[in-house]
Amino acid sequence: MRSQKKMTPLFTGCSWSFDLLGQAHDAISKIALDELKLDIYPNQIEIISAEQMLDAYSCAGLPLMYQHWSFGKRFVRDESNYRQGRSGLAYEIVINSNPCISYNMEENSMAMQILVMSHAAFGHNHFFKNNYLFRDWTDASSIHDYLAFAKSFIAQCEQEYGDEEVEAVLDAAHALQDQGVFRYGRVAQPTTKEGEAMQLLRDQYANQKNVLDLWTDRHFGTCEPQGNLTQIDVAERRKGMQLPEENILYFLEKHSPILKPWQRQVIRIVRFLAQYLYPQKQTKVINEGCATFVHHYIINRLYETGQITQGTFLEIIHNHTNVVAQPEFDSPRFSGINPYALGFAMMEDIRRICENPTREDREWFPTFAGNNDWASVLRDAWRNYRDDSFILQFLSPHLIRKFKLFAITDNAKQPNLIVSQIHNREGYRNIRRMLAKSYDIAFLEPDIQVVDANMSGDRELKLNHTVHDGIQLETHNRVEVLRHIKQLWGYEVRLTGRDQKNDEVCYESTTATTAV
Amino acid sequence: MHHFIDRRRNPSGKSLSNRQRLMRRARHYIKETVDKSVANRSIRDTKDGSLSGHEIITIPVKGITEPRFVHSSAGDLRHKVFPGNKDFVTGDRLPRPKLNGAEPGQKSSKDGEGEDEFSFGLTRNEYLDILFEGLELPDLSKRSVGKQETISQCRGGITTSGSPSNLNLVRTMRHSLGRRIALQRPSDAEMQRLEAQMERLLRINNPTAEILDQHKKLSQCLEKMERRRSVIGFIDPVDLRFNTFRPETRPNYKAVIFCLMDVSGSMQEREKDLAKRFFMLVHLFIDSVYAETEIVFIRHTQIAEDVNEETFFYDQQTGGTIVSSALEKMRDIIADRYSPDEWNIYGAQASDGENYSQDSAKCADLLSKALLPVCQYYAYVEIIPEREKKLLTTADAGGELWQAYRRVQQIWPRFDIERVANRDHIYPLFRTLFSPKLTGSGA
Repeated sequence: MRSQKKMTPLFTGCSWSFDLLGQAHDAISKIALDELKLDIYPNQIEIISAEQMLDAYSCAGLPLMYQHWSFGKRFVRDESNYRQGRSGLAYEIVINSNPCISYNMEENSMAMQILVMSHAAFGHNHFFKNNYLFRDWTDASSIHDYLAFAKSFIAQCEQEYGDEEVEAVLDAAHALQDQGVFRYGRVAQPTTKEGEAMQLLRDQYANQKNVLDLWTDRHFGTCEPQGNLTQIDVAERRKGMQLPEENILYFLEKHSPILKPWQRQVIRIVRFLAQYLYPQKQTKVINEGCATFVHHYIINRLYETGQITQGTFLEIIHNHTNVVAQPEFDSPRFSGINPYALGFAMMEDIRRICENPTREDREWFPTFAGNNDWASVLRDAWRNYRDDSFILQFLSPHLIRKFKLFAITDNAKQPNLIVSQIHNREGYRNIRRMLAKSYDIAFLEPDIQVVDANMSGDRELKLNHTVHDGIQLETHNRVEVLRHIKQLWGYEVRLTGRDQKNDEVCYESTTATTAV
Repeated sequence: MHHFIDRRRNPSGKSLSNRQRLMRRARHYIKETVDKSVANRSIRDTKDGSLSGHEIITIPVKGITEPRFVHSSAGDLRHKVFPGNKDFVTGDRLPRPKLNGAEPGQKSSKDGEGEDEFSFGLTRNEYLDILFEGLELPDLSKRSVGKQETISQCRGGITTSGSPSNLNLVRTMRHSLGRRIALQRPSDAEMQRLEAQMERLLRINNPTAEILDQHKKLSQCLEKMERRRSVIGFIDPVDLRFNTFRPETRPNYKAVIFCLMDVSGSMQEREKDLAKRFFMLVHLFIDSVYAETEIVFIRHTQIAEDVNEETFFYDQQTGGTIVSSALEKMRDIIADRYSPDEWNIYGAQASDGENYSQDSAKCADLLSKALLPVCQYYAYVEIIPEREKKLLTTADAGGELWQAYRRVQQIWPRFDIERVANRDHIYPLFRTLFSPKLTGSGA
């Protein structure tokens, strides 16, 4: 597979030009597509200045964004950090779109441009196109159009209803961003034909309903049953609103009694973008690991075939090493596990297991140990896993020993922390499980659902928080967010925390009492 | 398959409007911080150099939080995995780290601030805008209707006649070109081509009849073209276009500020510092209103001097006190350099209120007869020791100079007097002096 024939270096200096970038792209592309067999969107690489990078930062890296003060806040903070030299800028930003847009900084040297291209335009690009979360949840080809629409729609609303009105809705919707996503299975988008058929049905129903209303109107016909509602009635009511619903923004958009059509559309926009960004939250380790592994492989191949000089290679490797550094827990630089380090190490480890498995590896990974086809094992992992499942499936004892992973258990009832697991035979599986769980969004984000709202009664919106391991919500934020929900719902909101094990009420919080 | 785009020339500042939205939202906090910063900044900063840079403003995060449902950091049971085990074995017990106080997360849950204070830079204009928000130069509009008008030339469009010095070349040539194309005036290039062709024909050694004939035809053609060119001028009188100007009277926007300060022995470092702060604000404010401002520094002991800024603020001097000397100096300078027809004149005076006895009456006289009639506004600030602040509670109580000025104030509403005892009072005092007065004042 590997040709050891030496080619002439693509370049020798450190400054880049568009010609050089094009040649480098083609050389990288050859390795990525022929050897790693990546499957990518066409690349669109844009060169931007530091200032533009700061702009892009503040809008979650999206090329177009509606206007809101919170983006200004991010911009101002990043800008002052950057100007005071407290933080550097990323070398690139890449957007999950078709064609795949990546922004490269103009300040990068030619060597860095090669690194950045291999990393973003091939690594991330392949991941975006193939990973099941992105395929299921995002429309790479339509995101630009949608962003343009969102931007102009919100600008139009601001003109029509005033900045403050729009800001109020956006503030409230932003507070619920994390609760504005569908987590399980995407509702299939109806085709145009199906859409038309559904519209027809709805129109028919609306026509009939006009007649029906006449009969059910309280002056003419039967009226709503008064008095206590039975269990069945409540169940009916909840079924009618498709409760329980954990996508709070969706529920408010559909069922809030007070929102105007444009406000529903604004919520929809926030919800859409939250959903678009949702896969990225769940794939930090595997996505960065994929991109890092790809750039590392490509750079090595470029060097082996003589297409880059030793100096370039060293410059790139120096940067690579910084990126994948994992400080130990007692180092002052420690700030959690570095997703680049973990992802990259796991993928290199998979390659090792495929090529030189030990007895232990064969025992742990019988399906692929020693099969020598690491590229397809990796492609399969990139395609079908997210952070928690990837770790749960592929973290090997060898790597646990290499990272010297250990687990600490913090039980509030105990005076001391306990080292519960270390990197030994008894600990491997437990550590792997704990680490995977720490990346599982289901445990990271609070589980809050809309459970009931009596529309013909007091219209109080009832939310339920399932409390795991006694971990409650942070109080100040909770109060603020509830206030935002109340603003969108129009009536009081009650949040009840129930323990997951015994369904006991842990706490209750309502906007009614805070208002008094 | 690749596609490179150079975006570096795209307009930057995409986030500008978001930044303005942030400023609007946090306006209240920003204003508070800006107001506080005035008291503490050094006087050197008034000079354009250092203030033109960024003013770093720190505002509490409280006003601009984005709340989310988040887990609290305190709770029953957590497991966490760390890298880099040294010598732990299963079952080891460690004391809970006391980084965030006894209970981790307690602090952050109390005030809901995960982040530190939030700081960012304001530009000079933003800073001044906020600093002087809602302030107004007293009496500005009223007086500008009267004398303060100058006549300036402003553009009045394009006409077909005018003096040659006002010829608008671009417009004229545009019309000329259009006419030449429309009337098919032979161009220079065409003529040259024909001439070259003729010359080529001439150079042939043994010209045949055909060639001679051709040559003749060409020369006829050339002649025709020459005629046409002479009939259709390169520039015709109909092409001519001229710029016109019309006189416009506009209100005069030049201002001069007189800063008068007592530098006699009784003015200590503290008094001088307060006075300087006051002058700095007056200068900044008037500077932000007028396009062109000049500033005159007059310091006085028993005699008054017109000095430069450096000397005014930093030079030491001692001596007696005769306030009227400074007022006389101001009167002379106005007569000399700043004609009231042309200049908006502002006066700002600071003193500790001590004066040579019998001089105060003279001061009041000078003010009401010579200065106030030509001034837009005149502010007097008396710097008093902190302990006196408690004693001098009513406006009526005060020294001789104060009393004299009180009487002037009652006649001239554009004259204001205030007392100040410490740094923090300077800015509120300044605001009271320059906040819009409800009733129309002035003559």
